[in-house]
Amino acid sequence: MDGINSLIEGFGTALTPINLLYAFLGVLLGTAIGVLPGIGPAMTIALLLPLTYTLEPTQAFIMFAGIYYGGMYGGSTTSILLNTPGESASVITAIEGNLMAKKGRAAAALATAAIGSFIAGTIGTLGLALLAPVIVKLAVQMGAPDYFAVMVLAFIAVTTVLGSSKVRGLASLGIGLLIGLVGIDPTSGQQRLTLGIPELADGIDVVVVAVGLFAVGEALWVAAHLRRSPLEIVKFDGASMNRKDWSRSWKPWLRGTAIGFPFGAVPAGGAEIPTFLSYAMEKKLTKHPEEFGKGAIEGVAGPEATNNASAAGGLVPLLTLGIPTTATAAIMLGAFQSYGIQPGPRLLDTQPELVWGLIASLFIGNTILLALNLPLAGVWAKLLRIPRPYLYAGILFFASIGAYAANNSTFDLWLLIIIGALGFFMRRYGLPVVPAIIAIILGPVAEEQMRRALQISNGELSGLYNTAFSQVVYVVIALLLVVPPVVRAVRKRRGGDSDNGPHGLVVDDQPLHAHANQEGL
Amino acid sequence: MSTGKDTVVPSGTTGGPGASLPPVPPDRVPDATRDSTSKNYSEYGVAVLLLALGVWAITDAMSLTDLASSKGPVGAKTVPMLVGGLLVLMAILLAVDIARGGRGEQEGGEDVDLSHGSDWRTIGLLAGAFVANALLIERIGWPLSGAILFFGTTYALGSRHYVRNAIISLVMSVGSWYLFYAGLGIKLPVGLLKGIL
Repeated sequence: MDGINSLIEGFGTALTPINLLYAFLGVLLGTAIGVLPGIGPAMTIALLLPLTYTLEPTQAFIMFAGIYYGGMYGGSTTSILLNTPGESASVITAIEGNLMAKKGRAAAALATAAIGSFIAGTIGTLGLALLAPVIVKLAVQMGAPDYFAVMVLAFIAVTTVLGSSKVRGLASLGIGLLIGLVGIDPTSGQQRLTLGIPELADGIDVVVVAVGLFAVGEALWVAAHLRRSPLEIVKFDGASMNRKDWSRSWKPWLRGTAIGFPFGAVPAGGAEIPTFLSYAMEKKLTKHPEEFGKGAIEGVAGPEATNNASAAGGLVPLLTLGIPTTATAAIMLGAFQSYGIQPGPRLLDTQPELVWGLIASLFIGNTILLALNLPLAGVWAKLLRIPRPYLYAGILFFASIGAYAANNSTFDLWLLIIIGALGFFMRRYGLPVVPAIIAIILGPVAEEQMRRALQISNGELSGLYNTAFSQVVYVVIALLLVVPPVVRAVRKRRGGDSDNGPHGLVVDDQPLHAHANQEGL
Repeated sequence: MSTGKDTVVPSGTTGGPGASLPPVPPDRVPDATRDSTSKNYSEYGVAVLLLALGVWAITDAMSLTDLASSKGPVGAKTVPMLVGGLLVLMAILLAVDIARGGRGEQEGGEDVDLSHGSDWRTIGLLAGAFVANALLIERIGWPLSGAILFFGTTYALGSRHYVRNAIISLVMSVGSWYLFYAGLGIKLPVGLLKGIL
C-alpha cells in the first residue's frame, strides 16, 4: 500500500495554507470559467495557463487540479441549465438534466450532478492513487516499442472514436502531427518546417497552440454564427434534493463511477462512450422507465458520475505513461512539458512531491467544489447571462495576454491568429479539434520513442513490434479499426437501421456525433 | 455584469431604440441556397489545404540531411515524410469522400446558430481588432492596445453601448496589466502610459 503512504505525504504538501489557497483559487476560477457558455475544461485550462507562468511547478499543478475538476463541473451546470451542452462528455447529462430543469427540478438535477461528481471524483482519485504505483511498476519495464505502440493506440482511438468521419479525424491528426514537427529536430539538430523564421526554431509554444485552437478558433466560429434568438435559461433557486432523489441517485452514482474510471484509465477514448453506456444502463435498470426522456434523475446522476470518474481515470495514463486521452489531459501534458517535466513512469520517483501533492489536491479540490457548488449554484447560473459581446471579447482578450506573455513577443500573437483561423476552418468543415491537439503534444514524444526503438534494433523495422506487449497493442488497434465497420455492415445487411451515427451510439434518435467535436472546448 | 439591454443575446431582437443592432443587417444575411452550392466547392478547399501541407512537409524533409552516425533507415526526415504522406493520402480520400457526397459536419454549440452561413463582416471586424492589438501592443502598450482589442470585439459582436464598453475595456486592460505586473510579476508592455501606471 505504498500508494496510501505517499498520498498521506501528498496531503502534507497540499494542506499548507498557501497551497490550499491555490487549490481554492483553481476550483473557483475553473468553475467560474467552465460555467461560461462555450467554454469547456480544455479551454478553461488553456486560458488559465498564463496565471501559473511564475508559480513553482508544485503550486501550479495544485492549481490545475482545482481547475480540472472545477471546469468539468462548470460544464455540466451549463448543460443542465441551457439546452445544449458545451462538451461531449456532458451531452448525455444535458438530455435528462435539461428536461428535469424544464419541469422545475433544476435544483435536484444540479444537486445530483454536484454530489455525484463529488462521489465519483473522490472514488476515482482514490483509484488513481492506488493504481498509479502499480502501473508505474509495470511501466518501468516498458521499452520504446511499447510506448510507441500505446501512443499509436491513443492516436487511432481518438480519431476513430470521436467524430463522424474517420477521414476528417485522420486529416486533423495529420495537421496536428505537422504542427508538432515545427522546430529543431532534437536528434540531428536540424530545423524542420520553420521556413527560416528564428522564432519557430524552438517549436510552437503549447499555450499558443491550445489557446489558438480552442479559444480563438472557437470565438471566431461562434462570432460568425452568433445565435440571434435568446437562449432559454431555466430559473431555479439553489441546488438541493429530497429523500426520494437521494434514494434514486446513489446507485447510479456508484455504477457510473465503476463504468467511468476504467474507461478513463485505458489510453483510448475519453468520456463520451462511458457516459452513453451509463445512460443506457440506468435506463434499463430504473424503476421509473416512464420518466426517461422526460427528465429522469437517474439519467443525470449516472452519466455525471461517469464523466467525473473518467476524468480521474484519465490522469492514470497521463501521470504514469505521459499519454493524454482527452484534450484537457493533452493541455495538462503540455503544461508539464513547459516546466521541463516529462510525465512517465519515472515521474513518481523524480517528482513525488509534485505528483502526490497533485493527487491530494484533487481530493481537496473535489471537496471545495462540493462546498462551493451546492450553495453557489444560483450565482454560477447568473454567469450564463453574461452578454455575449463581453464573453467573446474576454476570451480573445485573455487569449492574447496568454499568447503574448508566453515569450513576450508579438510573433506569438501573429501565430495565434493563424492557428485561430485554422481552428475556425476545422470547425467549419467538420475536422475534429481533439485529434489535432493530442497529436501536436504527443507527436514529438512518439517520434522520439519510435526513433529510439529503431536505434536499438539497428534500424530493423521489427524493432517496433518485437515485444509481446506492443504486439498485443497492435492487435487492439487492428480490432478498433476493423470491428466497428464490420458490425455496421452486418447490421445493414440484417436490414436494421443502418445510419446509426458513428458506432450506433444513438440516444432517443439523437445522434451523438453532432457534438463529438466539442470535447473539451 | 450590467443592466443593459443586451443581456442574453447581443443582437437585439426587438430593434427598438437603444437596443443593440444585429451584427449584420437582415438584407446581408447570406443566402442559404447560395451558401450550400458554394460549399460544394469550398469543401474541396480543405483537400487542397491538406495536399499543400503534405507537399510542404515532404519537400521540407527532402532538404534535411541525415547524420552519418545515425543508424538505419530512420533519421530526421522519416517522420516528416510519413506525416506528409498521411496528409496527401487524406487529401485524396477527402476529395473522394466529397465527390461521393460526403460533407464536413459544422460544429454546433450553445451560442451557435447554423441556420445561416458564416458572417464574414463580423469575422473581419474581429480579425481587425486582433491585428490592431498585435501591431500596437509594443508601440502604445497593453493598457491601450488591449482596450482597443476588447472594445473592437464588443463592437464587432453587435454591442452599441459605446461609452459603457469603452469604460469596461479600459478597466479590463489596465486591471489585467496591474494583475500581471503586481500579482504575477509578468511585465506586459506599458507603452505610452509609462510613468502614469
